[in-house]
Amino acid sequence: MAILVKPDTKVLVQGITGSFGGRHTQLSLEYGSQIVAGVTPGKAGQTFEDQVPIFDSVQEAVQESGATASAIFVPPPFAADAILEAVDAGLELVVAITEGIPVRDMIEVKAALNGSETRLVGPNCPGIVTPGTGENSHGGCRIGISPGYIHKAGDIGVVSRSGTLTYEAVWQLTCNGLGQSTCVGIGGDSVPGSTHLDIIKLFNDDPDTRGIIMIGEIGGSAEEEAAAWIKENCKKPVAGFIAGTTAPPGRRMGHAGAIISGGKGTAEAKIEAMEDAGISVAETPSQMAEALLKIL
Amino acid sequence: MNLHEYQAKQLLAQHGVEVPGGQPCTTDDEARAIAEKLFTDGHEMVVMKIQIHSGGRGKGVFKDGFKGGVHLCKTADDVYEKAKAMLGNTIVTKQTGEAGRQVHTLLVASAEKIVSEFYLAVLLDRDSSQPLIMVSSEGGVDIEEVAETNPDAIVKLKVDPLLGLQAYQARNLAKALGLTGKLIHSGAKLIAGVYKTWWECDASMVEINPLCVVENPDGSQKIAAVDAKISIDGNSLYRHKDIAEMRDLNEEAELEVEASKFDLNYIKLDGNVACLVNGAGLAMATMDAIKHYGGDPANFLDVGGGATKEQVTAAFQIILKDPNVKAILVNIFGGIMNCNTIAEGVVAAAKETHLTLPLVVRLEGNNVEAGRKTLAKSGITLITADCMADAAKKVVSEAAA
Repeated sequence: MAILVKPDTKVLVQGITGSFGGRHTQLSLEYGSQIVAGVTPGKAGQTFEDQVPIFDSVQEAVQESGATASAIFVPPPFAADAILEAVDAGLELVVAITEGIPVRDMIEVKAALNGSETRLVGPNCPGIVTPGTGENSHGGCRIGISPGYIHKAGDIGVVSRSGTLTYEAVWQLTCNGLGQSTCVGIGGDSVPGSTHLDIIKLFNDDPDTRGIIMIGEIGGSAEEEAAAWIKENCKKPVAGFIAGTTAPPGRRMGHAGAIISGGKGTAEAKIEAMEDAGISVAETPSQMAEALLKIL
Repeated sequence: MNLHEYQAKQLLAQHGVEVPGGQPCTTDDEARAIAEKLFTDGHEMVVMKIQIHSGGRGKGVFKDGFKGGVHLCKTADDVYEKAKAMLGNTIVTKQTGEAGRQVHTLLVASAEKIVSEFYLAVLLDRDSSQPLIMVSSEGGVDIEEVAETNPDAIVKLKVDPLLGLQAYQARNLAKALGLTGKLIHSGAKLIAGVYKTWWECDASMVEINPLCVVENPDGSQKIAAVDAKISIDGNSLYRHKDIAEMRDLNEEAELEVEASKFDLNYIKLDGNVACLVNGAGLAMATMDAIKHYGGDPANFLDVGGGATKEQVTAAFQIILKDPNVKAILVNIFGGIMNCNTIAEGVVAAAKETHLTLPLVVRLEGNNVEAGRKTLAKSGITLITADCMADAAKKVVSEAAA
């Protein structure tokens, strides 16, 4: 069941003692996720909320706790280093929540990841949720900053570049009685660790995912690339939405990656590619679940 | 963050790139002094260029009818007269819009004797997450036009970021431009310097258009960056204090500068339906929904994931400074954010700004019931909506009423 993380996945948090990281670690614990260690260099021996042991290095945290995934809340100047430390410690999954990492740092990280077994999701992303089966999806694995309670365990995969727009889609699914296998926020930066296509391939291979919602936005050509692959290879129904039809060219719309430049990355081109691939594209953001229901 | 041409050339020169000699100035007297120095150094002609973040400077027209933001001059007196005409004056180009841009700074530089023109740019290739160098033998023209009419004239090279640009790669690019003999070496040196500038300054883009072979007074040739455009990755400014100081607030929209003080992401657009949303993706989608129902968004406004009451109030104040706004849509999906906090912010802002425009509010998420109650008992006039589509429909009809 699910992709990337399961309810019993052991997670460590880099930057657990910061206010942002701490707050969301607390929420993940309340959601029932297995947060087994924290890392803040120089604070080894302390405990987070009397529950989670803190280590100086990722390697020590992994050795002591058996964590296989990391959530990174480290501030931008130190985030690339934190990602590389997690990769070096051999984690299977690294989820970088941090917003505002310089592009040059991510270019280097991405090049260093070449050939590595570690999967990076993010940065500048809401994270990953595999909902649990308890009340309000309690007992699932929540890595990052998504609201846990809007989810429901089920068989729809969600992948998106945006945070709140993902919550919108998830909430629509839940309200329509459609639960989710896993929801993955890949982030809004121009150098993402994972692309739409990377995640869609995982959903395609996951026997417990029945349908997929792919949410994109202006900028780059990752949605077109995913659509081309879906057209030839995807066995499952896919619905989608692209934000930014009304965005003016040359302006960055909040997300670093959301910019139409040189006539490339327009919403029109993405929607056309998706429709050509047989993806059910929602006309308004209120109809994302509806667009999927039509083809399930 | 965009830089002026003179700032771009300063950074390029620091990284070993040949640029025409010259200086920026802000007064007519300074302009004359720079020109006099250049003439004394043996240059026969100087070029003066207005420094604004906009293309089409040469063909622009000043509001008082004075034509052109780029001039060639043969005497220091001419430079003085033209500086007098342009400084403080407002120019309209194809990129500034009708409002135009006031000129505060001029670049006065030696006018090079141009033999041939090329194009050179370094940017991020998003598909491969690697730096990309683009060169074209067709310089001095719009590269997007070249891409359409003569794509074979453009040569691209992806650079391994861990190795950096190799000397042979730079030489091959120089050869691709048609350079021969000694110019291959100076061309390669310049390309390497431009790449180094891109990398070390954390630039999003460095564009040299035109890159020129120019003739020296003694008849020999060299290669130089005659015009340059650089934009910097804003996320990197914490480690480039010198570049951060190059920010020119005169070039940014007043309301956008104001918004950035409150960590709000605001972009002014031309429509009349204002929106206030949490999250960039949702904010874009809200604009799209407004358009879908026949309206026209007045702005993009992302208040972020953890907006406070103060931020919501500031957001309202900024929205209301746009005289085109006829109705406001607040669309919040409070995931972790407490909807009641947002509701209190909306009420406080509406009261503080004595809001009279129609206000449509769509709240969803954490503690939404308390939020709705706060709005209902606040005494302010507002229209509530169940979902984004409903909200968009309602706000569009209010704006049209």
